[in-house]
Amino acid sequence: MSTFFLIAIFLLGFLVTFQIAKASEYVGILKGEKKNFEQNNRINGFLLLAFLVFGLLGVYWCNEALKGRILGEAASEHGQNIDRMLYITIAVTGVVFVITQILLFWFAFKYQYKETRKVYFFSHDNKLELIWTVVPAIALSVLVGFGLYYWLGITGDAPKGALEVEITGKQFAWIYRYPGDDKIFGKKYYKNISDAEDNSLGILWDDKSSQDDIVNEQAMYLVKNRPVKLIIGARDVIHDVGLSHFRMKMDAVPGTPTTMWFTPLYTTKEMKKMTNNPDFVYEISCDQMCGKGHFSMKGLIEVVTQEEYDLWMARQKPKYLAVFPDKDPANAKKDSTVATAAAVDTLKMAASK
Amino acid sequence: MSNEAILQKPADAVVTHGDHREGNGHSEHHHKETFISKYVFSMDHKMIAKQFLITGIIWAIIGGLFSVLFRLQLGYPNDSFPILETLLGKWAKGGKIQPEFYYALVTMHGTVLVFFVLTAGLSGTFANFLIPLQIGARDMASPFMNMLSYWFFWAASVVMISSLFVETGPASGGWTSYPPLSALGGASEGSKTGMDLWLISMALFVVSSLLGGLNYISTILNMRTKGMSMTRVPLTIWALFFTAVLGVLSFPVLLSGFILLLFDRHGGTSFYLSDIYLASTQQALPNEGGSAILYQHLFWFLGHPEVYIILLPAMGMVSEIMSVNSRKPIFGYMAMIGSLFAITILAFLVWAHHMFVSGLNPFLGSVFVLLTLLIAVPSAIKVFNWLTTLWRGNIRFTPAMLFSIGFVSLFISGGLTGIFLGNSTLDIHLHDTYFVVAHFHIVMGVASFFGLFAGVYHWFPKMYGRYLNNTMAYLHFWVTLIGAYLIFWPMHYEGLAGMPRRYMDFSQWVSFNQFGDLNRFISIVSIIVFAVQLLFVFNFFYSIFKGRRVTTSNPWDSNTLEWTTPIRPGHGNWPGEIPEVHRWPYDYGKDGREFIPQTEPVGAQETAH
Repeated sequence: MSTFFLIAIFLLGFLVTFQIAKASEYVGILKGEKKNFEQNNRINGFLLLAFLVFGLLGVYWCNEALKGRILGEAASEHGQNIDRMLYITIAVTGVVFVITQILLFWFAFKYQYKETRKVYFFSHDNKLELIWTVVPAIALSVLVGFGLYYWLGITGDAPKGALEVEITGKQFAWIYRYPGDDKIFGKKYYKNISDAEDNSLGILWDDKSSQDDIVNEQAMYLVKNRPVKLIIGARDVIHDVGLSHFRMKMDAVPGTPTTMWFTPLYTTKEMKKMTNNPDFVYEISCDQMCGKGHFSMKGLIEVVTQEEYDLWMARQKPKYLAVFPDKDPANAKKDSTVATAAAVDTLKMAASK
Repeated sequence: MSNEAILQKPADAVVTHGDHREGNGHSEHHHKETFISKYVFSMDHKMIAKQFLITGIIWAIIGGLFSVLFRLQLGYPNDSFPILETLLGKWAKGGKIQPEFYYALVTMHGTVLVFFVLTAGLSGTFANFLIPLQIGARDMASPFMNMLSYWFFWAASVVMISSLFVETGPASGGWTSYPPLSALGGASEGSKTGMDLWLISMALFVVSSLLGGLNYISTILNMRTKGMSMTRVPLTIWALFFTAVLGVLSFPVLLSGFILLLFDRHGGTSFYLSDIYLASTQQALPNEGGSAILYQHLFWFLGHPEVYIILLPAMGMVSEIMSVNSRKPIFGYMAMIGSLFAITILAFLVWAHHMFVSGLNPFLGSVFVLLTLLIAVPSAIKVFNWLTTLWRGNIRFTPAMLFSIGFVSLFISGGLTGIFLGNSTLDIHLHDTYFVVAHFHIVMGVASFFGLFAGVYHWFPKMYGRYLNNTMAYLHFWVTLIGAYLIFWPMHYEGLAGMPRRYMDFSQWVSFNQFGDLNRFISIVSIIVFAVQLLFVFNFFYSIFKGRRVTTSNPWDSNTLEWTTPIRPGHGNWPGEIPEVHRWPYDYGKDGREFIPQTEPVGAQETAH
């Protein structure tokens, strides 16, 4: 019902506008073309000035209203550099924005048609043109300089001893893999992927180094202040590991592994406090169109302290043992399960605080 | 009719040819014009221009309507609209837009507006209409190719429309159609028949664009009237010339990318495919060794010049309209041409800035940062030259002039955010967020639309011999300008929060759900703005038949050649000889005279500009 009501209102508005427009055209003809033109010109000149004033006020107001909703402090070192770069760019472009918009609308208002005004025949001026070629060029060189300095730092090699985690996108979820005690990821081949055989990554189980690999689809655990290098892949189509709180992002391309590294600065718990949001979590958003479930392709990151991480790691079971339960020594000795259960409890308690 | 035939014809034969209302021209002609040859398979560049324009308008309504539909979803993700189910059937089951359909809407909105409206509708219209009229030619170099160009566009339109009605839905992988998603029917419903139709339609579109572009280039280079040297053509012509060059050099690369994609889809090749396991079929594909990134290079090699294909005609028209209505020469004519040229060259050297986070070599990325930010220099020159053109002018705020001023405002706003995105450091965070959406909608979408509107308001009297209604025009301008800023300005903030584009629902995201009310606000504004565009469409069609008649051949007191033709020029444009040109087109306010048409010889006492 309300839909029809809305449509009716629109149609009515249309009709009224049209009648007014038609009428004003006749009135204009009666008034005389010149007088009508001058009146319209004055009104529009005034509106342009009003648009400038209210527009700039609106920009300020919009900033006041929305600045609290952008994500707050960057949660990684790279992210803080990116924010720094952002502020530099906002400062430079902001000045240009305000000056040029003021000039545009002010000139339009000031030099609106007057019968007596003589225009200034001014076709070119090499000096002026040189100035506004060179000044922007210098400003942009500064921005390029800062940008490349940060860019090469961010995309450079990860520091030695960085935690390595593999993350693989599939429609519409993320799979995380840790290399286990040997710190080497086991070999994988995509033709071995089989959801039925619980081998979501196509790991070659014959490879010794694969047998302690830990695969998990719930959350990625990272350590505060410890650099992490993500090895990024995709199983089907292109995805993207989007980490807005860390200000990081990298595509996940099937057939072409990519990497990205950063250092988390705050644990999830600290962020809950800093953002005053008890529901806060680090989310991985897929930032590359990947199909109908794209908008719900969410991953989770838990940033924890080294102790919590060790505890969590201790209770992880290599995927190999889950796929081949008969190889699991735990199935022979009962007491190790008890130990793991205890570790789980500790972690749960830690998390609930 | 070939151009030679027209040129050799006696002068008076063409006089009233174009005006069907006067009804006396037909019998005198050496060839018969039927309804079909005049309005359908016309070879008159002016009629072809109108065909492009009207087809573009229809597409703009469709593309705009798509955006209204997905804005409903974004603004009201938890509500249902039973009327949608009535209209769309299974695509809006229970009054809620289905994910597949949402992505089809987004994809079609982008494709339609970028290619069918702002490429064909903008440069198709004005290149066809203005090139012969402003350089002093009777028609295009090849009127027949020109006609083909429109009809290939028409065929592309038909195929694209038909893809909306196939069982599995239209293409839904985004307007960029990155494989593997677009290559594999198993990955998405939209990548089945819909994607094939999309590719066929786009191939036809490329053919249309190439036929048109070659024609524009050869016409501008070869068919200028006596005295019309390249330094005397209006800036519109320069802009349309560079636009055509961009299109001719980059569209074939896109086509090659599409053909490889078709091979991957149906020929079992592995250009873009490697290491893929599809969950929907529980199968690993045999393809190995391809690179999905290759497609992105081929796509953006057109995709970035495409931005300038859309923008340059608008820049050219704005330069012309600003000068005419400021009653003052365009400032820095040569610098304007130089900056257009610089933009054209650089447009080919910046494509990889769309791929900073695709795994591109960081060093290569840094080269593209440098080249990308370099483009801001010619853009800055243009802006300052426009500002100086206004300075100490005597400005008439015709609707066309208002839209030109609006264009400059939007070009500044959107251009400056390009400096954020072109800097790879910031692009890491902002890539594929609403910041990008805001940026390109302002600088390429809305700004180019403003150029298009400016052109329509300015040259409508030449097209149809009537004026558009001014009151509706002013309302159209103010609502669109204010609306465009209200819609896209806040989106920058969503982007700064990392809010990804192409999400149909943010309510499940802790990081992004704080923008629910803002999204609703944006949706409401966009519906209002869309309604006002319909007002423009109404004004357009109403004024063709009922608008105030033009009574003088030069209603804007303009210098350029199109205003030396009769009010309703026939096929061949000038009833007598084509006028000779003696000066540049921007002698406004010179030596105390308000304007001096290009056809007037330079006086003995006159100072050169």
